[in-house]
Amino acid sequence: MDEILEILEKDGRASIEDIAKMTRNKPEDVKKAIKKYEKEGAILKYKAVINKDLIRENESEVRALIEVNILPQKDLGFEKIAERIYSFPEVTSCYLISGTYDLLVVVEGKSLHTVANFVAEKLACLEHVRGTATHFLLKKYKEDGVILKQKSENKRIAISY
Amino acid sequence: MQISKVVEKMQPSGIRAFFDLVLGMKDVISLGIGEPDFVTPWQICEAGIYSLEQGFTGYTSNKGLYKLRLGLHRFLKNKYGLDYSPDDEILITVGVSEGLDLLMRAIINPGDKILVPQPSYVSYGPVTELAAGTPVYIDTSKDGFKITPKLLEKHIDKKTKAIVLNYPNNPTGVSYRRKELQEINKVLLKHKILCISDEVYGDLTYDFEHVAFPTLPKAKNNTVYFNGFSKAYAMTGWRVGFACGPKDIIAAMTKIHQYTIMCVSITSQMAAAEALVSGRRSVEQMKREYNRRREFIVSELNSLGLKCSRPQGAFYAFPCIKSTGLNSMEFSRKLLEEEKVAVVPGTAFGFGEGYIRISYASSMDNLKEALIRMKRFVEKRK
Repeated sequence: MDEILEILEKDGRASIEDIAKMTRNKPEDVKKAIKKYEKEGAILKYKAVINKDLIRENESEVRALIEVNILPQKDLGFEKIAERIYSFPEVTSCYLISGTYDLLVVVEGKSLHTVANFVAEKLACLEHVRGTATHFLLKKYKEDGVILKQKSENKRIAISY
Repeated sequence: MQISKVVEKMQPSGIRAFFDLVLGMKDVISLGIGEPDFVTPWQICEAGIYSLEQGFTGYTSNKGLYKLRLGLHRFLKNKYGLDYSPDDEILITVGVSEGLDLLMRAIINPGDKILVPQPSYVSYGPVTELAAGTPVYIDTSKDGFKITPKLLEKHIDKKTKAIVLNYPNNPTGVSYRRKELQEINKVLLKHKILCISDEVYGDLTYDFEHVAFPTLPKAKNNTVYFNGFSKAYAMTGWRVGFACGPKDIIAAMTKIHQYTIMCVSITSQMAAAEALVSGRRSVEQMKREYNRRREFIVSELNSLGLKCSRPQGAFYAFPCIKSTGLNSMEFSRKLLEEEKVAVVPGTAFGFGEGYIRISYASSMDNLKEALIRMKRFVEKRK
């Protein structure tokens, strides 16, 4: 992967000047490259990874991983039905996977009830959906490569050869 | 109690006091740390833990776990085409430090001279003296901190037994290309001088492929190659290094090792063996990260007016601070007192007056903040 992308993937707020210094490029060139990535859609969005457990008012947020079994359609395969599913705003991620079921759908909602309703009323009754299995998320340990624990302090001695 | 004269003579007093000052201070941003800021990759730690659970809590062979020696044999063969036998040409030591001490004691007769190009890591001279040898320090500061055939020839005499090469170098980050090493090797072979090659930062070479000294023509029988897990795998606290060399030298070193150390901790050896199996990807990732910080810090230092050439390896920058009108110790002390940024004065490493060592084994956030403070510090003195 390009060095600029690697830096941004770790720190979306890295400045153009700093990236230029880190990669030995001119700031203009870095800016151009980033613009190009954004235009092509290689960089889709910049966002913060938030540990929602630490935000009180948000404590009722519920997440579920839903396995969805699908009857593929002639000529269209899984594409059409996947689109119908991932277009729901409640769906935060959607993957086609190998194994005993076809789509893994991540759904977020205000409460257990909302998520259950969504599955029962929107998802399970879609044509071509043969079955679902809903797993509610109990605790997040690691997300997008980030361990959701407060940073530990420095354990090295302050000066050494 | 009358302390041994050799030990009594050992320095360094000024530096010790400065180190104590840093250690006693709170909220310091330290760029004075000679070890990675990463923790050991988890799969390596896990292997150590698992070995404890499995009851591997005893001694190992003096030479080190066979599994680890075999792993090293394969690793060196793959990486450099070097063929060291796991049976009698590889010794596992408590870091490179122990290996160096063993080697000096194994080869030195009283009065033998060991060449030590400086600035360099601090232990080479003292371990030579402890073995009743005489270190001959060579000033490389006028040659871009590199040892050259000319400098070498100037310092060689009948008593010269060996030279300690350290590349990539701590504290300067300087390394050598094959051609330069070949020229050095020719001089060593001509005068029958042993090469003690400390390549513990070898995996952290950025601009070209690292060249292991024993891969040079006819060098293998005339070299003791040192490396370890501390820097590349972020395993400093595990204390695992290794020495590779001619059978007779390794046998002599093993003799001393068996009486003084017996063996390296089995847990650490188990973890190191795992590092060779699954740690390479982590090494590459860390290296890429260091490389970015290197580019960043060199660019920033130069823009501050602290002239700094691009280090080719390790994780140190060695900028010149003469433009501030301060000497190395004054600069380091005042920077600590005024801005709470710790660096190591170049004088700690011999012939480093006018320079400081900055370790970029520190997070980008730390580096950025430290440089803001240094900028303030330097601008006050313009």
